[in-house]
Amino acid sequence: MNVEAPLRLKLAGVSKSFPGVRANDNVNLSVRPGEIHALLGENGAGKSTLVKMIYGILAPDEGEIVFDGSSVRISNPRAARRLGVGMVFQHFSLFEAMTVLENIALGLDSRLSPRELLAEFNRVLEAYHLKLDPRRVVSTLSVGERQRIEIVRALILNPRLLIMDEPTSVLTPQEVEQLFETLRKLAASGCSILYISHKLHEIVALCDTATILRGGKVVAHCDPKRETSRSMAEMMIGANLKEIAKPVSRGFGPPKLSAQGLNLAKPSEFGVALKDVALNVRAGEIFGVAGVAGNGQNELMSAMSGETLAPTPEAITLAGRQVGRLGVTERRNLGLCAVPEERNGHAAVGEFSLTDNGALTGRDRMEMVRFGLIDPGKATSYAAQVIGAYTVKATGPGALAGSLSGGNLQKFIMGREILQRPEALAVCQPTWGVDAGAAGAIHQAIVDLAARGSAVMVISQDLDELLTLCDTIAVINLGRLSAPMKVGEVSIEEIGLLMGGVHGDPVATVEMTEALHAHPA
Amino acid sequence: MHIRLEKRLTPSRFMQIATPIASVLLTMALGAIIFQLIGFDGPRAIYETFITPVVASYKWQDVMTKAAPLIIIALGLSLGNQAKIWNIGAEGQYIIGALAGAGVAFALPDARGFWVILLMIAAGIVGGMAWAAIPAFLKTRYRVSEVLSTLMLVYVALQVLNYLVSGPWKDPNGHNFPQTPPFTPAQLLPHAIGGTDIPPGLVVAIVLTLVFWVLTTRSVYGFSVRTVGAAPNAARYGGFDASRTVWSTLMISGGMAGLAGILEASSQLGQINLGFPSGYGFTAIIVSFLGRLHPIGVFLAGLILAVTYVGGQVAQTVVHVPSATAGIFQAMMLFFILASDILVRYRVRILRDAPRTAPAEAVA
Amino acid sequence: MTIGFFIDALVTVVGVTTPILLAATGELVVEKSGVLNLGLEGMMLIGAVTGFAVTFNTGPDLGDWAPWLGVIAAGIAGAASSMLFAVLVLTLGSNQVATGLALAIFGIGLSSLIGAGYVGMIVPSFDTVFPDWLAGDPLWRVVFGYSPLVYFALLMVFAVGWFLNRTRAGLILRAVGENDLSAHSIGYPVNAIRYAAIAFGGALAGIGGAYFSMVITPMWAEQMTAGRGWIALALVVFSGWRAGRLLAGAYFFGVLMTLELYAKASGFSFLPSQFWAAMPYIAAVVALAVISVREVAGSEAPACLGRPFLPNT
Repeated sequence: MNVEAPLRLKLAGVSKSFPGVRANDNVNLSVRPGEIHALLGENGAGKSTLVKMIYGILAPDEGEIVFDGSSVRISNPRAARRLGVGMVFQHFSLFEAMTVLENIALGLDSRLSPRELLAEFNRVLEAYHLKLDPRRVVSTLSVGERQRIEIVRALILNPRLLIMDEPTSVLTPQEVEQLFETLRKLAASGCSILYISHKLHEIVALCDTATILRGGKVVAHCDPKRETSRSMAEMMIGANLKEIAKPVSRGFGPPKLSAQGLNLAKPSEFGVALKDVALNVRAGEIFGVAGVAGNGQNELMSAMSGETLAPTPEAITLAGRQVGRLGVTERRNLGLCAVPEERNGHAAVGEFSLTDNGALTGRDRMEMVRFGLIDPGKATSYAAQVIGAYTVKATGPGALAGSLSGGNLQKFIMGREILQRPEALAVCQPTWGVDAGAAGAIHQAIVDLAARGSAVMVISQDLDELLTLCDTIAVINLGRLSAPMKVGEVSIEEIGLLMGGVHGDPVATVEMTEALHAHPA
Repeated sequence: MHIRLEKRLTPSRFMQIATPIASVLLTMALGAIIFQLIGFDGPRAIYETFITPVVASYKWQDVMTKAAPLIIIALGLSLGNQAKIWNIGAEGQYIIGALAGAGVAFALPDARGFWVILLMIAAGIVGGMAWAAIPAFLKTRYRVSEVLSTLMLVYVALQVLNYLVSGPWKDPNGHNFPQTPPFTPAQLLPHAIGGTDIPPGLVVAIVLTLVFWVLTTRSVYGFSVRTVGAAPNAARYGGFDASRTVWSTLMISGGMAGLAGILEASSQLGQINLGFPSGYGFTAIIVSFLGRLHPIGVFLAGLILAVTYVGGQVAQTVVHVPSATAGIFQAMMLFFILASDILVRYRVRILRDAPRTAPAEAVA
Repeated sequence: MTIGFFIDALVTVVGVTTPILLAATGELVVEKSGVLNLGLEGMMLIGAVTGFAVTFNTGPDLGDWAPWLGVIAAGIAGAASSMLFAVLVLTLGSNQVATGLALAIFGIGLSSLIGAGYVGMIVPSFDTVFPDWLAGDPLWRVVFGYSPLVYFALLMVFAVGWFLNRTRAGLILRAVGENDLSAHSIGYPVNAIRYAAIAFGGALAGIGGAYFSMVITPMWAEQMTAGRGWIALALVVFSGWRAGRLLAGAYFFGVLMTLELYAKASGFSFLPSQFWAAMPYIAAVVALAVISVREVAGSEAPACLGRPFLPNT
């Protein structure tokens, strides 16, 4: 790193507002050539808004962007790419029904003949030791491979600054390591990298400098190598971390929620089939399901909640009752509640009030219905009760679910299910995109529910979350669930291998999975 | 200076009510200008179309008569539209409903008693439902878009009507006109209810408006329909079955269209002829949107659209505007209400460009 | 049945197919960009009446050139009316189904209003493209004996197929229809592309409509497109959003539409004529069902079809 060289990127007093939110407030930041610079912050801290301005998707309200020494106005992504800014999106900007090569072509602004394009494509693959079949249709690829398309698409332009927005949230630990190698190689060649994440150990491992955002403002610039994960986390949150109060030794009751020989065909072209899934959650137990996104988590969730019916009644049992063929409402009435991954549009209806969202799942268990009519008074008071009990920040039961922040909506959803006093609760990604305060409250609520004798199943991609929260953990990969393991007796490496982390190579993954299933760890 | 749309945290209640009214007023204003420009007495045309039927009491019965089928059909359509199930073939269900009712009448030529008309009405409802069952089946079984299938079936229904009135059901004493024989007195409803101007269809429309009000705002069923329309995945999660919603909304809207058809045939025409399809099934779509899919709104919108029907005819004779005039006004109202929908969900801000602001022009 | 009868029938099929082929080709581009414009029927009628009126009024001065001007005017009128839809749907984010329907109703009304003065009038039609000895040949007229619009329609199908699958602009248009948010975040002007696609679709629908009033029967009658716009919509779905199959499907529907005319002569008179008139619509419904059974995977339906796109900038 040459400290004397002019800055690659400098932001001076950049601000951006949305209705009701000051997403970025007077942000200053500088990145040197070849530097890997972490942009650190909680969800909603303004990281994505900031990089969208650098990539020309949003326009700053105030402030200056200086690139390679000259003040620039980046009016659209095309202009950003002309300057030499590349971006890899958190939610991929890929076209499912098109081939890898077509996707690459769409990311280029210049016209290349198919042959030239293929040559360029192969050049990048070789230079960075990446593997990708140019003729495959995106919808048939794994998440890791999809991210590789995004990376190749950015690298093919020989960027001077590469922005990576939460790139590792969908990768296995082994894939993350491979990505880091690529990034280090890239930085060594002089390209600067702006790396957005909230995973602190990654930042310590990868980045040279870090800028920490909180509430849209820069709260610190630091050298991650000189900080601890904890100190950075506290700067990020702006408060001391709170530990979850978890009873140390607990006994578990009889099995409450079980699956036995659960097989399900692919729900759609892009879905995953469940193969012979077996699990057993006892009263008071928190059972975690780890895995890389897209390995059957959503399918497992919908099989448990009843959104998809199992082929046989005995495939799923709830407190000894066979419920495999019962629908959502019947299972719920028997005490099986669920929270799916997607908050807006699945667990809640964004354009409905909280009252209506309370009635969505609570109408029967909370006795709101008489003669087929919903009692508006009871529905409203239930929503108010949830808001009160879980300190949901909302204007009241009449507020639209879509107007709540992610964390508050998630608290409402979790509260709505927990106040129904379920026998068993299945939740997916309970703290995905939720700020630390809300995440702590949600974790505490889950622990308390289990302590009262409910069986809880938590599906999550966040291994740290599962390891702190759960008593037992199993890994889902390609629709198969591993044997359960006791948390505390299993290493992250073991779980990583079970997650299928042979660099996304499907054949090797299958072999590995089969080997592991044959001899459970 | 540029315009920015900001999403509202809650939909504007004021705009929900104001925009339909503004749409009608804008249609009147723009309509007057357009008709003036193409050589008619614009203000007069508007006056005759929109005002005369309201102020001239002898037109009221006519307005109510036309409003009844519009309201009845639009109530059913609104329910489906809430679930984002687009039955745009109500015209076909209306025709088949009337034919089914007429079929009962012709099968029982000598029967007497009030049950005859009740049976005809039941047959009308079933006929409309049966016609709507085809798209429901195709959508749930084969995922065929109901938009296309319901519409295609309008054209099929027209040919069924054409075939029956010029073939098997043709009136032998009808001077070779394509029409059925007249219904017998036992098969007829009165034009208007004893001593008043109120047509029986309007009474049905009022009762149904109230029923739908409770159904859509209070019932679990209405809630399920709204949920399916707003977020299908959330509906499944909440225990509401999408296929069942497709079936039930199409059965209800088909049945309502069929009911409107048989009421029209048995209380107004007294027979069925080639001119029976009057476009109510299509106009009801406008009624449904102008009424913002709310039963009370639909009732009022039905009256307004009926006014333009009646007034359009007045304007034709008085100002000599072409017969298509009413249709254009109706389409304009629909355009305006759709265009103004954004005001309910978004706030429009006109911003002066600050010196440093860089609008994202190329990506807007 | 003689060969002459057969040739007659084929010529009729090509004639009735052309307008739906034109309208469907335009709609294919619109839908590939992710927009569903249900207003084909209205745009066709506006095209029909405009083409007729312009030809009628310029005929005395322009002679043989008048129909050409008429067709161009029809295309412009179709595109202009489609812009009404585009502004509502793209800029104001209104519901595409309802807005398309509004356009259809509006087109029916407007065309009646404009056409009120032209009912019963007649315009000169196009000369055939090829010399009389070819165009009038009892056998070869099946290839050479048509109005220029027939060849134009065929040309457009191939041009659109080539554009969508072989050009970069076509790739971008498909990308916008496949994932508008991604296209936006990469930096493509989603709405501008959709405006262009809708205008193109409107122009072809207008020209398709003009074929009714200027070629099939060179006169104006209210609602003379008689629901063919809806058939064209079904045709796009039926084609699985592929240009090649669109062409084949159009002729399939053309044959069905011709059956009505030839039913009596060809020994099918045991079924009522109304059955044959309803045939294309019944077939369209059946075809849509059959297609969806076969197309479990691999349909090229654009993923964003009909979804509103209002990015918060």
